[in-house]
Amino acid sequence: MSLNIAAKEIKPLRLNYGHIARRIGDNKPATRYQEAVYDVQPTTNFHYPPSWDPSRKLYDTARTAIVMQDWYSFTDPRQFYYTSYVAARAKQQEIMESNFELVEKRDLLQSLPAELAAQIRQVLIPLRHYEYGANMNNQDICHRGYGTTITSLASFNGFDRIGMAQYISRIALLLDGNEETSLQAAKEAWLNNPAWQGLRQAMEDSFVLDDWFEILVVQDIVMDGLLYPLIYEAFISQVAAQGGSTFLMLTQFMNEWSEENTRWTNQLLKVTASESPANAQLLAEWVRVWLARIDLALLPIAHLAFGAKGAEQLATVKAELLARLAKQGLKV
Amino acid sequence: MAKKLNMRKRYELLTRGLGWEPTYQPKDKVFAQEAYEGIKITDWSKWEDPFRLTVDAYWKYQAEKDKKLYAVMDSFAQNNAHLNLADASYVNALKLFIQGVSPLEYAAHRNFARLARQLSGEGAQIACQMQSIDELRHAQTQIHTISHYNKHFHGMHDPFHMFDRVWYLSVPKSYFDDASSAGPFEFITSVSFSFEYLLTNLLFVPFMSGAAYNGDMATVTFGFSAQSDESRHMTLGLEIIKFLLEQHEDNLPIVQGWIDKHFWRAYRLLGLVAMMQDYFLPESPMSWKEGWQIYFVENAGALFNDLGRYGLQMPKYHEIATAEADHISHQIFGTFYNYIHAAAFNLGLPSEAKMNWLSEKYPDTFDKYYRPRMEMWAQMEKEGKRFFNMGLPQLCQVCQIPMCFTEIAKDDPMQVSYRVSEYEGEKFHTCSDGCKTIFDHEPEKYVNAWLPVHQIFQGNCGGAAVPDVLNWYHFHPEDGGDYVGSADEARWKAMKGEAAAEAPKTSQADAA
Amino acid sequence: MSEHKVFMIFQNTADAQPFISAFEQENPRATLDYQPGMVRIEGLGELGITQAVVSELAGRDVNLQELHLTLISLSGNIDEDDDYFRITRH
Repeated sequence: MSLNIAAKEIKPLRLNYGHIARRIGDNKPATRYQEAVYDVQPTTNFHYPPSWDPSRKLYDTARTAIVMQDWYSFTDPRQFYYTSYVAARAKQQEIMESNFELVEKRDLLQSLPAELAAQIRQVLIPLRHYEYGANMNNQDICHRGYGTTITSLASFNGFDRIGMAQYISRIALLLDGNEETSLQAAKEAWLNNPAWQGLRQAMEDSFVLDDWFEILVVQDIVMDGLLYPLIYEAFISQVAAQGGSTFLMLTQFMNEWSEENTRWTNQLLKVTASESPANAQLLAEWVRVWLARIDLALLPIAHLAFGAKGAEQLATVKAELLARLAKQGLKV
Repeated sequence: MAKKLNMRKRYELLTRGLGWEPTYQPKDKVFAQEAYEGIKITDWSKWEDPFRLTVDAYWKYQAEKDKKLYAVMDSFAQNNAHLNLADASYVNALKLFIQGVSPLEYAAHRNFARLARQLSGEGAQIACQMQSIDELRHAQTQIHTISHYNKHFHGMHDPFHMFDRVWYLSVPKSYFDDASSAGPFEFITSVSFSFEYLLTNLLFVPFMSGAAYNGDMATVTFGFSAQSDESRHMTLGLEIIKFLLEQHEDNLPIVQGWIDKHFWRAYRLLGLVAMMQDYFLPESPMSWKEGWQIYFVENAGALFNDLGRYGLQMPKYHEIATAEADHISHQIFGTFYNYIHAAAFNLGLPSEAKMNWLSEKYPDTFDKYYRPRMEMWAQMEKEGKRFFNMGLPQLCQVCQIPMCFTEIAKDDPMQVSYRVSEYEGEKFHTCSDGCKTIFDHEPEKYVNAWLPVHQIFQGNCGGAAVPDVLNWYHFHPEDGGDYVGSADEARWKAMKGEAAAEAPKTSQADAA
Repeated sequence: MSEHKVFMIFQNTADAQPFISAFEQENPRATLDYQPGMVRIEGLGELGITQAVVSELAGRDVNLQELHLTLISLSGNIDEDDDYFRITRH
């Protein structure tokens, strides 16, 4: 028998998984992101109806009124699969960790004007509960949503929210020398202070929505789309200008996160709205209804943050949000 | 001077109290799934965090683990390290894995997200969320690890399409659909306790030590890396059981019932792993029977001793499972030997050396009941009459495995085990007391099963003939059949610089 | 007897060494079983390590949660704080 170690025998049989090749062909290898998300979720032939939703299947496109020919038309512009996600976040957390360490070691909050500290406590700390609620909504999207692209993105989003809730909690502990005073006051405010009730009520109403895409619009687009620019850009900038530049460091993660949020929500809206006039109309309708509501709900919080200029600041971020939504094809 | 916070207190301040009692919507609407299973939770604050990892610590440690894992993956691919495998026949273990296990990791990811949303205690909720994202990690890293193998071997090219359709994959699919369609507490009892705590080693050790013994360093690295996540999952499983049993005495019979059911379903599913462990690996570290002894009989024994103080008992029918340890790998092998023309992996009769290993590991049963079959099949092969079963098997309505099990517990190992139940005028068949008990408890659920054989007969699977069905499965002719004479074997020999075997080819084409 | 067994399994790597050695040092009656690529540390009733000993062995300030990097499996109830980590089964 002749030995024939032909080089061609080491050539691969194929470059890609079949389901990937059906999308991108077999001429070039898929990216790690593509491999990790395309067509992973089951689509058919389920065995038992869910006891928690007996009229629909375990994975069901009918859980939303949005209709997509292909739920994988949207891909995350960040191309986050698990590993690239944790790698990105690990880099960010290293910076946040050294920021927090610096503030603690050098007692940088000691010179903070008392009024400013009080304002931070009032405006920022209750948001740890907002983040928790936002996480609940994103876990719901992860469970009941359709397709691996959106649902894995929601999973990362939820995880980020708990991360941010924990950073906010640590800010409170820094302000209080590890006492729980601000944490407790913030909880009290979230539950009972009139300024927060509009937002909390809207959030609880979002918890019981049936359509998961509507939850995504309400939470990740409208609420976050107003609140993040309002607080983490405008308010923190103001705080910094008034002697609290330390908070730029302590909220750096939130700022970067807000940019990411804008990026992927824009992409999602663009793809979903351009799919059909019906989708575009539905998205616009959801935004119209909830934007009016959240706008009203955020007004007292804007007052806490900006005093008399609250309404103006809120109007600015609202206009900016509407402008960017219009660019994605949403006529609100 | 800042007060010093210990880990426990710090973690508590960063997690507990984040949630709140809703007032604008009824609590039972916000957390709509908590009550309907009859489980009583009186005080979520009694939850003991099984591990205390903040999100930023999670990011840090997981990123570090994955950096190492992907470095190994890249190096493996770059160096064509699959050439260092003991033999290409080993790869069939990976085919079974990507087709039947990876989709379960994904299902776990989605369902733990359900728990993260539906449980109203922050401690449990966050632990479930962490598991959800861990499971996504496992699914995606497995897809990436096996991607390299897909380039060089057959059968791994369309795992998710196959998972939704193929006859033997309805075994894992229905197993997880069962838990997914149940309420949150049954789900977590099934997956976190019955599977991740009680039985996880019976899934992981065979695959991972099989990989180590056969030169598959990529999978070994993945396995070690995933296992550290598993230790978190195990502690969650243990904590949830203790928590439920401590919350209210009424929970005990419900939880016991779930443990009984999901132990049996998981055990049946693991029969496929038993077959892999005893028959797929060129180098075999341990037999199924040995693994069962260590990881179930001893480990579970210790665990249930520990939990006995809550009134919990060993799962029903566990003695049958232990008695069957001498038999199931051989019985399931026999089934797949029959149907290998309709599978997306290769199999084949064990070599003489392997049979001697089996004799040694199964002194009471292999030579008496199973070697004679192998010898008969070998003789038929020699005569050019390799046996392929051209009919379709009856599947158990619950576990969906072909009815190949026998009455071991009744000391009648030559008698096929059949059970029948009637529901609304129709008969339903199960393979064992274990599966029948499950069926009879919730027949309205199990009659819904998408049984692959029934579906084929109903014409829902691509057509009336086997080739039509295999086409519909997206099987290629190279994917199934005996390993000897297979495309994988020919390619392996070419890669190693040997001529391909002259043995008679057996393939789906021949069988059809 | 086996009812009270507890164990930890680590990857047998340089990163894990301070933890493995700490278990060995602080639990004189524990047994260490070396298998390919991993080491199984077994005890009766309890196994524990302290941050002080691990740090000394590592030559740097160690966060005990780093054991997550090389841990493969464990059996027992976890009890941990900043300065110790233990598993128990009584």
